[in-house]
Amino acid sequence: MSLSILLWGIPQAMRMAARIYPEYAERLKERDVIAQIKLLDEPDVGRWIQTSGGKINTGKGIHSNPDITIGFKNAALAKSFLTPPFDQLERIDAAKNYKILLEGDDSLSVWFLGTLGQLESVYWKSGTDMGDGVTRYTNGTNGGPLFVYVKDGKILRTTPVDLEDSDGGSWTIEARGKKFSPPRKMTLAAHGACQKSMVYSKDRILYPMKRVDFDPNGERNPGNRGISEFERISWDQATDIVASEIKRARAVGPGAVAVDHGSHHQWGNLGHYLCAFNRFWNLIGVTKLMHSPDSWEGWFWGAMHHWGNSARLGCPEFYGTVEDCLKEAEMIVFWSSDPDTTYGFEGAQRREWARELGIKMVHIDPFLNHTAAHLGGKWIAPRPQTDAALAQAICHVWITEGLYDEGFVTDRTTGFDEWRAYILGENDGVAKTPEWQEPETGVPARDVRALAREWGTKKTYLGAGSWGAGVGGACRGPTGMQWARMMAILGAMQGHGRPGYNFGNLQFGAPVDHNFYFPGYAEGGFSGDLAFSANSANNYQRMPHIVTMGTVRQSIPRMWFPEAITQGKSFGYVTDVTTTGGQFFPFGYPSPGHVPVEMLYKYGSQLFGTMPGGNRWAKAYQHENLKFIVNQSIWNEGETPFSDIILPACTVFEKWDIGETFNCGPGYVHHFYTMNNHRIITMQHKCIEPLGESRSDYDIFSAVSEKLGLGAVYTEGGTSELAWVKRVFDSSDMAKHISWRQFLKKGYWVVPAEKENSRVALANNWYYEGRKKDTPDPYPLPSDYSGDYLDGLPTPSGKFEFIATGLEKIDDPDRPPLCEYMPTYEDPARNPDLADFPLKLQTGHTRYAYHVMGDNTDGSLADIREHRVFKDGHYYLVARMNPQDAVSRGIADDDLVRLWNQRGSVVCAAQVTGRLQPGVVAAYSGSAQYRPTGEPGKSTDLGGCVNMLNTKEPITKKGHGMKPNSVLIQVEKWTGADDWQPTAETI
Amino acid sequence: MATKWNLIVDVALCDNCRLCFLAVKDEYVGNAFPGVSAPQPAGEQHKWLDIERKERGTYPILEARFMPVMCNHCDEAPCMKAAQGGAVRKRPDGVVIIDPEKAKGQKKIMQACPYDAIYWNEEKDIPQAWPFDAHLLDEGWTKTRAEQACPMDVFRTICVDDAEMQRIQADEDLEVLRPELGTRPRVWYKNLHKITKCFVSGTVVEQVNGVEECAEGAEVVLSKDGNECGRATTDFFGEFTIDRLEPGSGAYQLEITGSAGGFSTQFELGDESPYLGVMTLSTASN
Repeated sequence: MSLSILLWGIPQAMRMAARIYPEYAERLKERDVIAQIKLLDEPDVGRWIQTSGGKINTGKGIHSNPDITIGFKNAALAKSFLTPPFDQLERIDAAKNYKILLEGDDSLSVWFLGTLGQLESVYWKSGTDMGDGVTRYTNGTNGGPLFVYVKDGKILRTTPVDLEDSDGGSWTIEARGKKFSPPRKMTLAAHGACQKSMVYSKDRILYPMKRVDFDPNGERNPGNRGISEFERISWDQATDIVASEIKRARAVGPGAVAVDHGSHHQWGNLGHYLCAFNRFWNLIGVTKLMHSPDSWEGWFWGAMHHWGNSARLGCPEFYGTVEDCLKEAEMIVFWSSDPDTTYGFEGAQRREWARELGIKMVHIDPFLNHTAAHLGGKWIAPRPQTDAALAQAICHVWITEGLYDEGFVTDRTTGFDEWRAYILGENDGVAKTPEWQEPETGVPARDVRALAREWGTKKTYLGAGSWGAGVGGACRGPTGMQWARMMAILGAMQGHGRPGYNFGNLQFGAPVDHNFYFPGYAEGGFSGDLAFSANSANNYQRMPHIVTMGTVRQSIPRMWFPEAITQGKSFGYVTDVTTTGGQFFPFGYPSPGHVPVEMLYKYGSQLFGTMPGGNRWAKAYQHENLKFIVNQSIWNEGETPFSDIILPACTVFEKWDIGETFNCGPGYVHHFYTMNNHRIITMQHKCIEPLGESRSDYDIFSAVSEKLGLGAVYTEGGTSELAWVKRVFDSSDMAKHISWRQFLKKGYWVVPAEKENSRVALANNWYYEGRKKDTPDPYPLPSDYSGDYLDGLPTPSGKFEFIATGLEKIDDPDRPPLCEYMPTYEDPARNPDLADFPLKLQTGHTRYAYHVMGDNTDGSLADIREHRVFKDGHYYLVARMNPQDAVSRGIADDDLVRLWNQRGSVVCAAQVTGRLQPGVVAAYSGSAQYRPTGEPGKSTDLGGCVNMLNTKEPITKKGHGMKPNSVLIQVEKWTGADDWQPTAETI
Repeated sequence: MATKWNLIVDVALCDNCRLCFLAVKDEYVGNAFPGVSAPQPAGEQHKWLDIERKERGTYPILEARFMPVMCNHCDEAPCMKAAQGGAVRKRPDGVVIIDPEKAKGQKKIMQACPYDAIYWNEEKDIPQAWPFDAHLLDEGWTKTRAEQACPMDVFRTICVDDAEMQRIQADEDLEVLRPELGTRPRVWYKNLHKITKCFVSGTVVEQVNGVEECAEGAEVVLSKDGNECGRATTDFFGEFTIDRLEPGSGAYQLEITGSAGGFSTQFELGDESPYLGVMTLSTASN
């Protein structure tokens, strides 16, 4: 086709699309523009297209006064660029290398190019017609995939995805004469199943808002953040203020704009903060609030130094462990391991098989957790944060009774002689016997011997942490590094990796296809961010898109952001997971050549509920050093009003996206999807229109970027969200199996199970057997080996190190190379100043919500009485306590109680239970609500932000991981009278 | 005989994940299904399907059990008898429907339910309960939303005639809640003893070379009035449990025999499941 015919066809196609599709006709009415398309090497060749009141005018040649001009270097490029199917690599090559020029108003350009793009997408059909006016769409959440039934523009119901016979097949494991195959359905976590109530929650922010006493051109009244009311403004006003404040702050100097997101976001490769958010801010250049590996603390700062696994944040591999465990294991020790909390229940189905096979279960946790209460077996309840002493006593039994894997220890480890000497007390005179640990842990010595002997003589899986291979639980406390290091040491003493001995609790390691490529969310979608996402691993090659990179080099450790603002300085360590030594690099704030932060752009999250010592945040948000705070959120959560401008984002049901359930991508937990019985990729349909005036994150950033002249760059030439989804689809292996149109209609694709002969190798078995690493792990990087590539571990010795010699380099008193037992938790006996606070508070990951997600004031999770209890018109967070502690304080079930210490004071509803020992109180962290009775930051909270009671002190001196657990508190019946004041860690 | 709907609930498999609870909320909050149900009010404590919790035992041998409860769709439904103007009807398929129009203002319907499974909707002035997802069954669904949502196979929605249901009940040892009321529920429970019965437990230890060790493999015999009524073998922690004891059933005797000797004791069973503590085997006590 000649170029002139091609160009002539464009306005014809626009007219036709408008005739067929009212939504396209509506779009044409949005803007009046004269767009000139021309060749740069033949200046009189081209065509102009005008939209005017929805009508199309056009003419051959060159218009005298176009609003925007799209110039192609030559006719060949123009033809190729405009002829489907489009070659994205050629397109971005043209854009990057100045073969195509865009002139004129940025916003009009984005609109016009987007309108051209819709000539393709307007013909696409989504969803399945279920009759009676109901369409079934699909979507993806942090809690799993959903069918979404929509009628009359409203979500009728959401259900789990039941698989059809024609969907990808399931695997079968044969174990001990039985065959196990998973049910043909996907399951959800509670925070996935409550989504409809979240969409229609009264907590939704529906309009852009401005704090009434914030005047960007006058008095800003920062001290009234969190106190004053908000008033509705238009999107145009809101984005004007935000864009002009970004300009103002950038003019102050590099680093004046700071941004922060939650640890997680709505599901989806495009809407995730690692995509839409990172892409935008890379164009601005910002001070990042540096997250540390929150939830991995002890593994990251501690265990990693014994065996590497840096890109798993210090946790072990889990490949193939479901099959091995079911075939071989005789016992599973769940140590601070509650997989039935947070992540859903496909692992729970597999644990039923273990029960059926008669695999013994032992649960070590101060709380008879949900998995333990359900599965049964032995419950061992050490005093909080004393677990490492118990573990060392197990080592003592193994060493004195010869119950460890001597061959493995001799051939594959270093430092065992020194370790044995420590356990036997040869140097310090203290043998770490079962009797030695009993007064410390409260666990009878006989139980330790019984466990150690069973473990030392039977094939045993160690389910360490909630995933069985790390994360959560005891690793998050003041002795969390010691605990995680001891888990690694226990594994090594039993030669983890030999059949029947490994890390896991059946939550991870299902025999799904590990090679089928679909990008995980951490690959960054279209962010183009090679530095702060896993984009470079696969996505950047698979999905051509333009790279982005911020030029500001300043960071602030998130947990000490309040001090950075109020005191003007802070200090932390880089979170670089590509190598074990990556965590040793300190950084300071302010950074050389940078300026202090002037404005903060908050993106979801609710740090009052998730950060230790949360009261500090109120004063930071109200501080005059922060001249401007934007809060872009879906829901009005506790910290949302601590801002000046609120931008309403929409949920994942109100925009286009795509994602694979539990596929995170490389960089911190590669092959996370092995938690599922089936790999499932879901189209995340735009099921309904955004509520109120809420908009997708991409749409919001597009709007702000247009006001900064960055719209075309941000959107890569007006690319719509749906067009990005198509590009992700095209980049994946899925495109070889199902057409885009079929996928768009049906909404999901199940990756067929791996054939038995090509199943993934068993985790750690290569190391146990002395083979080169044969598990499909992108890390360690070649340069991280001290010996040959793929040979051994990335430790200084190349072996498992009982004495972590890498730690010798940093001289950190909290983590000496030998993992000696140090009772560093708060204790009235050792801390007389804390004598008024006799109870230990456990603040684990919440069971039903996902951190703060799902914890709305009127969401359906609120009605779960193990989550919140309704009293006096409000849902109070549940705090569990032992009957003895309750009775002595006159507390009964459902009574309102105040939990407090020197840092915080929070009202909860008591649940009196024998599932905790006396002296221990448990309340989940992650409240979405913050309701101070008086002055924010200096009064009792009714919302349930128990993290306020935790300390801001780091888990290790030379790191900035948090230790939000096991602080001392007092509990009393709540009277309603509040005279509490913080006396420690205040700002 | 006509086939009717029944729901079987296995208490042993429930771990309180709440997906059934949330599915029922998802289905009814904000949705009207004419002839079946008016919308459930959001966030107002309506728990048409709820989960009761029960802890049995005491540290270190403790169980937490959970039991989904909902409208029982009784064949002799007290709410039907209390209703006026045909506001509550029994469908031929066994499902009990509280008519959202006709039941207006009739608080007696709610008050009549001995299971507290009917909730009052203040705004609409009507009683409401879980209608067995009747509108979905009518569309051809073969299971309830609770069953679809459950990852653990707690629920089985079955449509069989009453004779077949009787056979299943006998085969699987199913029970209904409060059978003494004669309400004849269509919701059946499996392993209900984990909620309604007690267990006795203990830890058996022995002295080996002056060191206290867990006594594995000891035989534990429970008897009442001289008749054996339970038996267990201790595990490698020396622990045992004997289940299915009637609450408040009075005096029991326990005899333990192991390689290191024996131990005997007696206890009075009240409403709680007792942990008898650490018991040391010895030759002296025999």
